[in-house]
Amino acid sequence: MKVEQISIFIENKSGRLAEVTGVLGKTGINIRALSLADTSDFGILRLIVDDSQKALKVLREQRFTVSITEVIGIEVPDSPGGLTSILQLLDQHNVNVEYMYAFAERVGNNAIIIFRFDNVDEAISALSSHGVKILPSERITSI
Amino acid sequence: MIWNDDFETLPREAIESLQLKRLQQTLEKVYATVPFYRDSFTKAGIKPADIKSLNDLQNLPFTLKQDMRDSYPYGLFAAPLEQIVRIHASSGTTGKPTVVGYTRRDIDNWTELMARSFVAAGTNQGDIIHNAYGYGLFTGGLGAHYGAERVGASVIPMSGGNTKKQLMIMQDFGSTVLTCTPSYSLYLAEVAAEEGIDIRKLKLKVGILGAEPWSEKMRQEIEAKLNIKAIDIYGLSEILGPGVGIECIEAQNGLHIWEDHFIPEIINPETGEVLPDGEKGELVITTITKEGIPLIRYRTRDITRLFKEPCICGRTHARIERLSGRSDDMLIIRGVNVFPSQIESVLFNVDGVEPHYQLIVDRDGNLDTLEVQVEVNEQTFSDEIKVLQGLSNKIRKDIKDLLGVTCKIRLVEPKTITRSEGKAKRVIDNRQQES
Repeated sequence: MKVEQISIFIENKSGRLAEVTGVLGKTGINIRALSLADTSDFGILRLIVDDSQKALKVLREQRFTVSITEVIGIEVPDSPGGLTSILQLLDQHNVNVEYMYAFAERVGNNAIIIFRFDNVDEAISALSSHGVKILPSERITSI
Repeated sequence: MIWNDDFETLPREAIESLQLKRLQQTLEKVYATVPFYRDSFTKAGIKPADIKSLNDLQNLPFTLKQDMRDSYPYGLFAAPLEQIVRIHASSGTTGKPTVVGYTRRDIDNWTELMARSFVAAGTNQGDIIHNAYGYGLFTGGLGAHYGAERVGASVIPMSGGNTKKQLMIMQDFGSTVLTCTPSYSLYLAEVAAEEGIDIRKLKLKVGILGAEPWSEKMRQEIEAKLNIKAIDIYGLSEILGPGVGIECIEAQNGLHIWEDHFIPEIINPETGEVLPDGEKGELVITTITKEGIPLIRYRTRDITRLFKEPCICGRTHARIERLSGRSDDMLIIRGVNVFPSQIESVLFNVDGVEPHYQLIVDRDGNLDTLEVQVEVNEQTFSDEIKVLQGLSNKIRKDIKDLLGVTCKIRLVEPKTITRSEGKAKRVIDNRQQES
């Protein structure tokens, strides 16, 4: 259920982002979803790709600072209040969202949102027991 | 092991009477042959014959690096050029270098002191010495080379640079002793890791490291990463080159200064007065055997303490504490004295932070600014902004607590701070260009 997210440290220098995506593109790695968190000096690029281990390897070879983080992809009803119901459920189980970002595409009537939690396992059990759909990782990387 | 038992274990009274005799000879010599000294002694109203005890030394005027520059190239030589067999010079990044000439006997003494130093560091015949100090005008390469040969070790004259080849030779030749700057030893470890070489498993057992100030924490890092004993060696080209002083491997606690060749003093750098043993100040050295370019009360600009308690190794020569910085390296940030080594010690105390850093000093209006650039690595990196900002905040707070200076921490990508093959460039001071 857990998905491997690639996180990359990026200094705020022009062209640095393009270097990351260039390395991935050349190696035939496809980016499925991304989020960029930034401060005045540096940013953290978070990516869901179709082959995370390969991405990790090529980025390390190019001397990027990279780590793999476990996140989960959740199907969220694509209707008003859809996200709220999920967040409330997590709150009741004392799981904190560290950050989240959305996939551009939908699955059926649902939007896909990637979540990073402080306690992934607790989140998975809380969500599953309440019938919230968590996408299998192979589904996510092949969207 | 001691290389020269007769001299290295002389009782203190014997050291001091030898020092006085040699000092008086040196003073007569420079007074007679070097106009600079004749003038400066005359201005101070002193003749060599007035120096009747070691205590009288403090009445003599200092010699400054600027005096050496002013006498470029040969003005301070006390021996005619026909007797000079070697000439070295300092790097001289600003202006003219300082030039040092050695007579045959100077080279012989230097070789003797380097031999003592190698043995004090636990190396001997049978060792394979991988000498990565630069060969050339810089004194490091040749100084270490001659001493190693005299000990009877096998010397590999690597010089600096070409790091991958250094590692190949180190593996294939079975180097047991590494001589280079402390920062270069860490760079070797880093490149070894990239090349998939476990440098800890090589035959290296000792590193004899010097030519730049380094902290105790950095020593621990080097010892752990290379699996060696890291020995601090002291020297400066004006006085001799490497081998003015060295730590013994038995104590690794302070550097023995070879007192049968040098007289060390510690002074208050502001007032010039001599401080009692144990107090911190600027190291001043008088050479008492040199012929080519003897120096009287040379201000090294190195900040340390002097102590004369006997050492467990059996040597009786005084020790200086490991250098806490060179007064030249001292930065004044908004009126506060800051040594790069102090910032280094803060960084070493933060888990996972690597010893690669650079200080950028600038001026914003009338205010000095200090930026500390620290490399992020996979150990300190996190996918969460708050964790990285927490790291920055911790470093900033620790520096503020220790030094009272507020600085900006910039986390940078790994390997973006230039690695040095000689002395590490820790400070970029952009203020100088404006004033």
